[in-house]
Amino acid sequence: MYVNRRAPHGTIYGHEGLEVVLVGAAFDQEVSMAFVGDGVFQLKQAQDTSGIGTKNFAGAYRALADYDVTRLYVETESLEERGLTVGDLMPLTYEDEEDNDQEKSSITLIDRASLGQLFEAQDVILNF
Amino acid sequence: MKFALMINQGPYTHQASDTAYHFACAVLKAGHEVFRIFFYHDGVNNATRMTTPPQDDRHVIDRWSELASQHKLDLVVCVAAAQRRGILDEDEARRHGKDGDNLAPGFRISGLGQLIEAGIEADRFLVFGN
Amino acid sequence: MLHTVNKSPYQSDALTTCFGLAQPGSAVLLFEDGIYAAMNNTKFSGAVVVAQQCCTIYVLEPDLQARGFDSDCIMNAIQTIDYDGFVSLVEANPVVQAW
Repeated sequence: MYVNRRAPHGTIYGHEGLEVVLVGAAFDQEVSMAFVGDGVFQLKQAQDTSGIGTKNFAGAYRALADYDVTRLYVETESLEERGLTVGDLMPLTYEDEEDNDQEKSSITLIDRASLGQLFEAQDVILNF
Repeated sequence: MKFALMINQGPYTHQASDTAYHFACAVLKAGHEVFRIFFYHDGVNNATRMTTPPQDDRHVIDRWSELASQHKLDLVVCVAAAQRRGILDEDEARRHGKDGDNLAPGFRISGLGQLIEAGIEADRFLVFGN
Repeated sequence: MLHTVNKSPYQSDALTTCFGLAQPGSAVLLFEDGIYAAMNNTKFSGAVVVAQQCCTIYVLEPDLQARGFDSDCIMNAIQTIDYDGFVSLVEANPVVQAW
């Protein structure tokens, strides 16, 4: 599982973290991502870096579904503490091959207690 | 037990590389294997042989090189992160038309697949300097 | 599971996030600037006591010493360990999450 804990653009962690996820997707491992704390800002919709001249990697989140990375867990408390709702996030979706290619959201809201349990179930945790 | 470490901060500004070094020594002392140490983000700055600290300070880079040679460690620097930060081996320097390379002995430059592989292969995976 | 915290609680929410997510039976290692959370009589002492009800908290002694503290300065039931102890802790915990 890849855990994102930092806001985008202020540091390179989110960007270089996403590169790991995309490369890792080729390894046929079951992967998921978690967004905790300022990490939830990674998924904020309408990011536009044209004014600061840095690479806008936010769009790459939309490519995750093509790499079969379709489980993005967002901690509910982190969203609420920051005055955000799931409607403020990028609408990331995938087509569920096991369910008639139905379009489903890649984003799953998860409360803090359940996320803690989910961490316990991981083989490896990489954080950015 | 097979250990893999990831180091994400450069030397001297952050303690991460020091902690990882002391931890790696303790891992080896305990009789475990260090499968790979992967340098990412600013951690790639641990791999430049141009580093020249004052004589009364520890030499973080040489220390890694020496440990690698003593224990045949696999020190891997992410190629994309390294190029962003000006860490180049001979081949990369030539390919990009640079007038010099700076990769320290004992390190090699490779891709992120090496990190993923380390996560899969190792029994224990630790991140320093996140 | 082992959680490691290397940041001062005064500068980062790493410790708070860690305590919020750590499951009963977890180990938490405070090291580098994370050791400041182990001190007696700080604004984080209450949170540490609460966390201790379900987790075992360790502090890395070389980092404590480097910053001018010893085991007398830290809260009850926080165990000091050295790098060898750090390795043992990782041996005992297959998954490590660095905060």
